[in-house]
Order: sequence, then C-alpha cells, then structure tokens
Amino acid sequence: MTEKRPDPDELLARVREEEARAARGRLTIFFGAAPGVGKTYTMLEAARLEAEDQKRDVVIGIAETHGRYDTGSLLIGLELLPRRVVDHRGIKLEEFDLDGALRRRPQLILVDELAHSNAAGSRHLKRWQDVEELLDAGIDVFTSLNVQHLESLNDVVAQVTGVIVRETVPDAVFDKAYEVRVVDLPVDQLLERLQEGKVYVADQAAARALGNFFKEGNLIALRELALRRTAERVEAKMRGYKAAHGIEESWHTGERVLVCVSASPHSALLIRAARRMATSLHAELIGCYVETPASIRMSSGDRERLAQNMRLVESLGGDPVTLRAEDGAIETVRYARKRNVTKIVVGKPTHPRWRDVLKASFLDNLVRQSREIDVYVISGLPTAPPPVRAAAGRRTPYGDPFGYAAGVATVVTAAVSAWFLFGRKELADVVMVFLLGVVLVSMRFGYGPSLLAAVLSVLAFDFFFVPPYLSFAVTDLSHIVTFGVMFLVAVVISGLTNRIRDQADSARGRERRTASLYAVSRELGAATARLTLLQTAARHVQEVFNVKVAVLLPGRGDELEIVHADEGTLAEGDKDLGVADWVWNHQRSAGAGTDTLPLARALFVPLMGSRGRVGVLALYPSPDSRLDDPDERQLLHTIAGLIGSSLERTELADEARRAALRIETEQLRNALLSSVSHDLRTPLGVVTGATSALLEDDIPKDDAVRRQLLMTVHEEALRLNLLVRNLLDMTRLEAGALKVQKDLQPLEEVVGSSLDRMEDRLRGREVQASIPADLPLVPFDAILIEQVLINLLENATKYSPAGTPIEVRAFGHEDEVEVEVADRGPGVAKQDVERIFDKFYRAREGEGGGVGLGLTICRGIVSAHGGRIWVEGRSGGGAAFRFTLPLEKAAPSTVGTMTGALEQEVR
Amino acid sequence: MTEPKPLVLLVEDEVQMRTFVRLALTSHGHRVLEVDTGREALQQAAAHTPDLILLDLGLPDIDGLEVTRQLREWSATPVIVISARGQEKQKVEALDAGADDYLTKPFGSAELMARIRVALRHAARTAQDPLSSVVTIGTLRIDLGRRQISVGDREVHLTPIEYKLLVALTKHAGMVLTHKQLLDQVWGPGHAHQMQYLRVYMAQLRQKLEENPAHPLYLVTEPGVGYRLKSEG
Repeated sequence: MTEKRPDPDELLARVREEEARAARGRLTIFFGAAPGVGKTYTMLEAARLEAEDQKRDVVIGIAETHGRYDTGSLLIGLELLPRRVVDHRGIKLEEFDLDGALRRRPQLILVDELAHSNAAGSRHLKRWQDVEELLDAGIDVFTSLNVQHLESLNDVVAQVTGVIVRETVPDAVFDKAYEVRVVDLPVDQLLERLQEGKVYVADQAAARALGNFFKEGNLIALRELALRRTAERVEAKMRGYKAAHGIEESWHTGERVLVCVSASPHSALLIRAARRMATSLHAELIGCYVETPASIRMSSGDRERLAQNMRLVESLGGDPVTLRAEDGAIETVRYARKRNVTKIVVGKPTHPRWRDVLKASFLDNLVRQSREIDVYVISGLPTAPPPVRAAAGRRTPYGDPFGYAAGVATVVTAAVSAWFLFGRKELADVVMVFLLGVVLVSMRFGYGPSLLAAVLSVLAFDFFFVPPYLSFAVTDLSHIVTFGVMFLVAVVISGLTNRIRDQADSARGRERRTASLYAVSRELGAATARLTLLQTAARHVQEVFNVKVAVLLPGRGDELEIVHADEGTLAEGDKDLGVADWVWNHQRSAGAGTDTLPLARALFVPLMGSRGRVGVLALYPSPDSRLDDPDERQLLHTIAGLIGSSLERTELADEARRAALRIETEQLRNALLSSVSHDLRTPLGVVTGATSALLEDDIPKDDAVRRQLLMTVHEEALRLNLLVRNLLDMTRLEAGALKVQKDLQPLEEVVGSSLDRMEDRLRGREVQASIPADLPLVPFDAILIEQVLINLLENATKYSPAGTPIEVRAFGHEDEVEVEVADRGPGVAKQDVERIFDKFYRAREGEGGGVGLGLTICRGIVSAHGGRIWVEGRSGGGAAFRFTLPLEKAAPSTVGTMTGALEQEVR
Repeated sequence: MTEPKPLVLLVEDEVQMRTFVRLALTSHGHRVLEVDTGREALQQAAAHTPDLILLDLGLPDIDGLEVTRQLREWSATPVIVISARGQEKQKVEALDAGADDYLTKPFGSAELMARIRVALRHAARTAQDPLSSVVTIGTLRIDLGRRQISVGDREVHLTPIEYKLLVALTKHAGMVLTHKQLLDQVWGPGHAHQMQYLRVYMAQLRQKLEENPAHPLYLVTEPGVGYRLKSEG
C-alpha cells in the first residue's frame, strides 16, 4: 500500500509546478503534420471564440494568412499588433514585436509559426524564446507548429523525407505546453489543397524542395509522427494524473539512459535517438561528455559543436554532465554506476579497425567495464552531412611555421654536433644525438615539427653518416633497419612527449581554474562590505577571463543600478542596460555569445543567491578571452554563483544589522515613551495645578502667593518647551532630516549669540567667555552649533551650584578648533563619561528634569560636522565638555589678514 | 504724552495666542485689531492704517511672506513677524521682503513689548526727523554728525566700511538686519552673496567696540538671520 502513496517531495514539486504554471501564461499549440493542414485557420477560429464568447482580451501578435481569403476574413474584428520593422542590410523585414506585446499585455496573444527564426537584431534568435517570455509575463499564447520542427523528431523527419529542417523547437516547449491541439487533415485532402494552390509556398526554389516533401508517402509518415507524438504527450499527462492521484505508482521506472556525447556531428543523432529511447522507457536522460587530456587539443569548431550537443541534451530535457578523467570509458561507467544508469547509448566507432589493435577503443573499454549496465551501440551515420573540419583556429594543428623552422634548425645542429663529436665512426652515438634533437623539438614545438625533425634526422643520418656519404643511396641493408628503428623511436618519443605536454596543459588549465576558484571563494568569503566584495569579484573575473567587468545591483525600487563599471564598459544610458534588465527579470544569461540579444557588446550573467536573484554581471570580452569555451563558461557560472551568494551574504548581514537596529529603536521608543510620559506629565501637572489654584475663588491668595504660583507655571512651561524642542531635534537628527549648512564664520558670533539667548538662565552667574582673537574662521552651521552651545550651557547651569562660574573657551589647533564649556559642579563620574552622550541616559536620575537628550543631540550635531565631543574632569572640580570642529584647508588664517585684503579690494 | 494710543493689527490664527498678545498689548495701552487670515490682514491694513502689524508666518490662507510682500507695495507700516521654530527660512525671507523684526514662539510679554517699542520708535523717527545725530547705547556713543565713535572714554577709529556698517545698524538700532540687507546697504546690491565680507567686518567691529567680543554687549549675532545692535537692556 505504501508504494501507492505519492512521494511527498514529488507532490511538493508538483504543487510548485502547478503554482508556477498558474502564474505563467498558458501555451496552446496547434500542431500539424505538414504545412497546409489549416493550423492558422483553426487557431484564428479558436481565438475568435475566446474573444467573442469568453470576452477575453485577444490580440494577434503575428498570423501568416499568406493572402488566403478564408483565413484572412477571420482576422476581421480582432486587434492586430503592429509589426516591428527590422532593417537588415537594407532589406526591410517585418517581425513580431515582443516589446509591443509585453506593453500591450493582452490576456491572449496569437503568435503563428513557433519555429520561426527571428531576424538579426531581435532580442531572441528564435520565436519560441519570444513565446517563453510572453508566457513568463503571464500572457496566454496560441501558436502553431509542424511536426518536422520538433527537435527530437528532426532527424527522423530528415530520414523520412530527405529534407533537413533547420528551424527547430525544443521538445520541452512542446511538453510543457498547456494544451496541444492536433490539426489533422487526411493526406488526400491535403494533396488536393496543394494542387488547388491553397498551400502557401514562398518561392520557386522552396517549391521544388517542397515538391519532394509533399509526396504521399512522406505526408503519411509525417501524419503518423505527429499523431504519435501527440499521443505520447497525452499518455504522459495521463500518467501524471494517475501519479498525482495515487492511482498508480510514480512513473519513474528507475530507468536512466546515459548517452555519450562527443564533438562529432553524429553525436546529435545519437542524442535524439537516446531521447526517444528514454521517452519510450519513461526514463531520465543524461548526456555525458568526458574530457580527457587529449581532448584539450580540440579545435574551436569542435568545441562549439560539443557545446551545441550539450545544449541539445538540455533542450531535449536531459541532464548534461561534463566529467574529467584520463580514460573516457572508465569514467563514463563509473559515473553511470553512481547515477544508477541502466542503459548507456554510444555511437558506432567510425575509425578504421587497425586502430583497435594498437589501442583499445572507447567502445571496447566501455563494453568491458559496463557489467550489468546495458550498452546500446547506435549507428550515427548515413543521413547526416559529412563532418566539416574546422580548418582554422586549431591550437597547433601541426605547429606553427616557427616550430618547423626550429625543427630543421635542431636537426642541423644535431648533425653538426654529431659530426664534431663522433665523426663517422660511432653510428649508434650519432643516432642518439639525432634522437635527442627530436625529443627537444617535440617537447618544445609539438607533434608536427617533431615528425618533420624525425624524417629529417633519418635523411641527414643517411646523407652524411652512412656510406656512401653525401648520397641517399644505401649499400648496407642493415642500415635500412637502423633507419626504420630510428624513425619509429623518434615518432614514439614525439607521441609520448606530446601526450605529456597535453596532460601538463590540461593539468595547468585545471589548476588555474581551481586556483582562481579558490582565490575567489577565499577573498569573497573574507570581504564583508559590499563595495570591497564587488571590487574583489570584479578584479578576479577580470583576471580569470581576460574581460572587462561591470556589475549591476538593484537599487531602490528594484531598479538595476551600475555599482561597478570598468573603463569602456557600461555607462548610464547605454542601450545594453536593456539587456541587463532582461537578464535581471528572466534570470538567464543573455548578450554576446548567447541566443538572446546576441548583438549586445557584453555577456550578461545573472548573479543568483540561494534566495533568488541578487544582481547582474556584465563581461566585455577582449580578443584574448575565451568565453565561448564550455569550461570557461562553467567556471564563469561557478564564480557567478560564488559572487551571488557572497552578495546575498552581505545583504543578509545588512538585514540582520537593520533588524538589530529596529529592535534597538523599538527599545528606545519604549524608553522614550516611559521617559516622555513622565517628563511631560510632571510640568503639565504643575501647570494645571497652579493655574487651577489661581482660578479658584475660594482659596485666599495674596499677591506673594499669586506671584509664586505664576512663577512656577512659567518655569514649568519653559521646561516643557525645552523638552519638546529636544524631542523634535532628536527626531530630525534620527530621521536624517538634519542638513548641515556650513558657512565660514567667526566662532565668537555663535558663542555670543548663545550667551545672549541664555541671558535669563545665566543671570547671577559669572560667565567667562574667552576666544583667541587670532582664531581662524571655522566652517559650521551657526544655528546647529548655537544649539550645541545652548545645550551645554543649560547642562552647566543645571548641574552646578547656583553662583558658580561657567567658562566658555576656544582653542585653535592645526586642523581643528576645540571649544570648551566648563562648570564647577560635581563633575561626571568615570562610568558615565561614555554613556552620558547616549540617548535617554541621565547621570543623575531626577535632577535637572531633562529627558537625557541634550547631549545626544550635541553629539549628533558635532559628528555631522565631522567633529568629536567628549567630557573631562577639571582640576579643582567640575566638568569640562569639549567638542571639536574641523577646519577646512582653505580657511584664511586670521580675521585680521582677511580684513586687510578685503578693505583693499572694496576701496 | 498727548499722542493717541497706537493701533496694532494682530494677524494670528490661533485663538489662545491671540488672547495672550491682546492682553499684553491692551494692558500696555495699545489698541488692538484682530484678524485670523492673510487676506483680512491686507484689507484691514488698508482700511485702518495701523501703526504696527504683528504677523504670524503660518497663516491658513496666504503665507505671511506673501502678506509682507503685498503690504510693502503700498505701506511702510512696521511689521514684526511671529515665527515658530523650524520656520527660519521663511523668517529671513520675510525680513528680506521688508518685515522690520521678528519674534520666535514662545516669547514673553516683556520681549514682545520691547520689540514693539523699538519698531514704533524707529517708524516715528524715520517719519519725522531722520536720525538724531548722537546715539548712545550703554557706554557706546555714536556721533553721526562728526563721525566719531567712542566706548566709554576711549575713542574708536573705524575704517570706512566698518563705519558704514555701524551706521546701518545704528539706523535700525534694536532691530534685526539680515545679512542681505546689510550687504545691500554697505556694499551695494551686487554683493549680496558675499557673506564672508560681512562676517569678517562684523568680527572686526566687535573687536573694536566690544570689551569681550565673545560675549558682546552691543553687536549681537542672530544665527542664520543677521545682526542686531542692541538698543536697550
């Protein structure tokens, strides 16, 4: 019974899938066996129903009516999206306007011909990618597709009809579609329609090609393919339904098919065959490529093909895997065993038989190693076009000219030194010298030059050292054997040396990747600030991939902002910013070297963290960078992942800090509430009490009492005013609303004005204000600094006995001015020296009647000026509050010199 | 003292504040006309030609600054603006637009009456005789006719600019002069932004006139606004 219960993980995955599907638009494919079966017509009919009966907002993105009247008439009454005109080398092409569609945002859009390739300059290379984007945006799509355009059936169609179709759509798109409606037409009727000219044919050349295509046999086969493919889809749906409802055990039969991928053009056929096998077995598909030291020498064309094949695996719903090992077969089997693969699909060997004698073939090894795993050997051949060898771009295909020259030179050197060392006597030693030369050449210059050196060595040996001298003729037959052995040894040595070189190269490359990964992860791990992290990341990416880098991160409102850009990369207003936005929104790579927006100058890679997108990385390739290399791509994605998670980490740290701050603020708010409610209520209570006593008629009051009461009310009101002022200042300070408007001005002005303002409170006190006459002008905000001085003076009056003197002094230092407000009170206890500036902290509870904000405000204002504030004890008792204001460079040194200069100027 | 009781136009929208000011004014023998909007203020000012206007900056209809501007188009009546904390900018603008002085809430009745007294005296002086040639404030003696200045027994020598500055302040003794007004009057309208000049000369003037420039008796700074030559107390 338990087996029938659906696996919770799988159920969860299904729920998620359904959720994602709900948010996504629904794709309906009108699927046909061949052109002319009436897909567009059916699609338009269905769209009309949606628009008229369901009252849905339907727009026609693109519909090819090919001038047919009955189809065209269906368009009447439906909204047509204007097409985008692309100017491609002087030819105006009309294309589907993806951005227009996204802006218009209908509920349902019709996009004909899913397999269409977009004109150069479009965002995506293929129309199905446009459709994906529409679906992502939550727009339902109707589209049409012919069976021959389906990726997995591509080669079957080619075999059946002999026509190779280049425009293909990944099977995943077909399988994920919400609905597939088969538009079927019996073959006779289709042929009839064709004869009546009802099937659109673009031009004469195409007509000839299609002439072959529209043979009755072909059409029957295509029809069968289309129906069968649809049936497969329906069956899969049925199984999905059963699995979801626990009717049948999960459809994973435990079968896994692994297909060996190579750079060979036949590999694509193999992959498609494997995919068909996997589908019929309901098995997972793994595409596996093993990189061996020898494959390092692969040409760029091969590399590209390999990458294409791996992408094909992915587009067919398989899992592409790249392994690295000395021996491909052993590694493949090892991996297959690890993944519980049941079937391995491999291509038939194409090399001549004799090579197997020299070296066990891949297939041989695979079969031997595979034991319980079945190995399917599939012919990759006939219908495929012969492989096109990439002529250029190969790394030392047989070496560069310099290598060959060096090979010749080495042989000459070897001949001369052998001549001088041994003459013509010790032939064995002479041979050794030549062999040494060959070894040196192969070590330094590779296979080609070393082969040349081997041939030349034999010739030189024959010509100069073997009688008859200075002739290629040989008298002694035993020398022929010597030549043969010498040549063979030379060839074997070069082969071996070359392999060592390749292995060393491969190891170096791997080491470089590992080292850079290690360095990146270590340094990124160490960086805590976002900025340093970005700089580190950019530097590494730059070094490792030989590119210029820009990084975009979301700023406020989730809009991308350039936070790092190397010279000559991204700038504000760059049109590539649109690509970055696309990458940000779709979380897929785009730009140069990809299928999406390939005309962009840079490759844009999304930076992903564990919780989702974090940013976008832009790489501007230089001529030396090899971003198209699959290894480099993989490394790039690993590094991008590292950067993404590191960024996320700093963000999380920031978030944690903010949360801590919020908690602190919360606590402060509570403290404020309790403090304020107490401090506000006391004076209010006094005011209310005193005034009500004054108003009561039956309480006898003489003038003295009356005056006493009024004095109390007045004092309490002043206290309240101070309190409210402090609270407001604090709020402004914390809200960051405090703007410091620095003006260069004499300090004495603000000292004077604060003393003036405090006149009432300071009455009866001796106030000594001394400011050196030669004090420079200081840049500060007069209103704010006056506030600081008033707060300090107020504190001094509050916390020192009445009648004791208060001193205000200033001292000029080299780059700052120090101001002191000192009293003769009890001073500040040691443990309070730091905390006294904290919010709501009061050294002596209940005294003075403040809220404990005055000094906090002072600190806020002073630090906003770039200064410091602290308190010291005074010799002889009392507290000295001191703060500094930094001077700016260009401040005139004294008031005197400046007036002199100005007076001159004004006169 | 045969002159009639001065008429004060009180423009204030808060009832409590109005009550307080009215009581303070009437108890000092002033007549009071009360309005609570800027539009009414302009109407009443035209209808009754008050001797002084007390104008709150935060009015519900047009703001006090605009009232000052419109008023100054046709009237020289002294205006004292009443501002709250946080209205520093409007206050300076109102002063630059022609208001004569300001009071910051909360203020006491003594302060209020002192400002009114100074403003009325200043208005009366400009209307009748320009300026008595000798002004004495505490120990500071300014003889405008002979261009002589002394503090106590000590004669003070001023540069021409310092003198012009002091004269400007003396003409408005007891009232605030904004930075812009001082710059305009001493250097001419072209120098309105060169605050440094003004600051440096004021410092120089304080050095010469004040016993302790850090605790001045006469030349008081109003941070963010301007300067005031104290005329009493």
